[in-house]
Amino acid sequence: MGFIDRQARSLLLAEIVTGLATTFRYMFKTKATINYPYEKGPLSPRFRGEHALRRYANGEERCIACKLCEAACPALAITIEAEPREDGSRRTTRYDIDMTKCIYCGFCQEACPVDAIVQGPNFEFATETREELFYEKKKLLDNGDRWEQEIAQNLIADAPYR
Amino acid sequence: MVEFWDIYLLPALIIIGEILLIVVPLLVAVAYLTLYERKVMAVMQLRKGPNVVGPFGLLQPLADGAKLFFKETVVPYGANKVLFLLAPMVTFILSLIAWAVIPFGENMVLANINVGVLYLFAISSLGVYGIIVAGWASNSRYPFLGALRSAAQMVSYEVSIGFVLVTVLLCSGTLNLSGIVESQKGSLGLLNWWFIPLFPMFIIFFVSILAETNRHPFDLPEAEAELVAGYQTEYSSMAFALFFLGEYANMILMSGICTILFLGGWLPPADIAIFTWIPGVIWFGIKIAVLLFVFIWVRATLPRYRYDQLMRLGWKVFLPFSLLWVVATAGFLVYFDKIPA
Repeated sequence: MGFIDRQARSLLLAEIVTGLATTFRYMFKTKATINYPYEKGPLSPRFRGEHALRRYANGEERCIACKLCEAACPALAITIEAEPREDGSRRTTRYDIDMTKCIYCGFCQEACPVDAIVQGPNFEFATETREELFYEKKKLLDNGDRWEQEIAQNLIADAPYR
Repeated sequence: MVEFWDIYLLPALIIIGEILLIVVPLLVAVAYLTLYERKVMAVMQLRKGPNVVGPFGLLQPLADGAKLFFKETVVPYGANKVLFLLAPMVTFILSLIAWAVIPFGENMVLANINVGVLYLFAISSLGVYGIIVAGWASNSRYPFLGALRSAAQMVSYEVSIGFVLVTVLLCSGTLNLSGIVESQKGSLGLLNWWFIPLFPMFIIFFVSILAETNRHPFDLPEAEAELVAGYQTEYSSMAFALFFLGEYANMILMSGICTILFLGGWLPPADIAIFTWIPGVIWFGIKIAVLLFVFIWVRATLPRYRYDQLMRLGWKVFLPFSLLWVVATAGFLVYFDKIPA
């Protein structure tokens, strides 16, 4: 009986018909994809996107040139040079991140004692040339100014888990 | 002068006009078949498919075509240049000239010849030359292997296609494609079509045309996992586009043949007023679209056959089965004295 059963099934294309029925059913399911450039998926507050250097509310930059991020960076993407400013505070004169080297591990953000360097929620910073991805201090501070609101909210949301 | 005009020039111009009337919509159909395929596949895989270029992605085929058109045709150093460039043209032209005998509606056929079926069979057999020449002329391993596979596969499945044709011819009693459609006319509408009495042959024919057009699950000639892209590997730009157009035109052609043989060509599914209002061409198009949907549906569902499985199916299952069915049909027709006049 088993033999006849098997042969009849294969002759009647039973499995192929079942497969076709499955794909046909899937036609009417809701789509798993979203309409990307027009709608975007949710991001965790912990999302590690484009870097930004933050400022205090009074406009003073947070970074104190401790170079912990430079030391923590496993990809050696960060380059910092520093000297005392006229008012005696220690600040960076140069803060470069080579975004082509960066592996987005988030160690710089973890190492930073003053929450100056952070990885914000922006992941759409593709460029047409390689040079544009060598970020320097101005670019990073501008990023900080542009994304401050989102970054601050994310830091607050993630604070209980740190 | 007037004589020359009346006898030669005018008929020639009319024929050229008719050819354009077939070829231009056909090429547009081919372009939109690619979009149709991508959309249907996407829906079955829970994706959205192309929807950015134009409304619902309707301009996507044009964008693809323009892109291919402006690319460079790369001819490999070791290739046989003449054959290399001839092969895509052969494929493309062969996929177009078969349309000469396809009846789109009642009396809507370019050449209503009495050996239409044989003509189609001959043309579709020639199609393998484009592929095998492409594979040989590329002077490269993957194309060559792909071409060999394709040749073996098309030859194998043509045998059972031949037997399927014979059964339909036995039942309809004519080799004329319009005649075959006419023979399916009856008071029962779609129950008169040959796919009901010859259902197993319909299935065999459909599976065989999947193999004949190198479609999933029989797309071994271009199995990307093993052969990169098979015989198309070395082709780029318009040469590739010609292969692509030829392949998709062949898909439409084969669906058209299947429609004529089994699904009653341009006939409406029932002799009711609403159905008969719709012209035959539209019915023909709808039936082709449905068959093409099944083509794509099968592609979205089934994994690729292994090469030995493909050969086993062709020679050890389809060939004896279709041969048996030819004998059974012929015996039935003779015994009950139902041979069509």
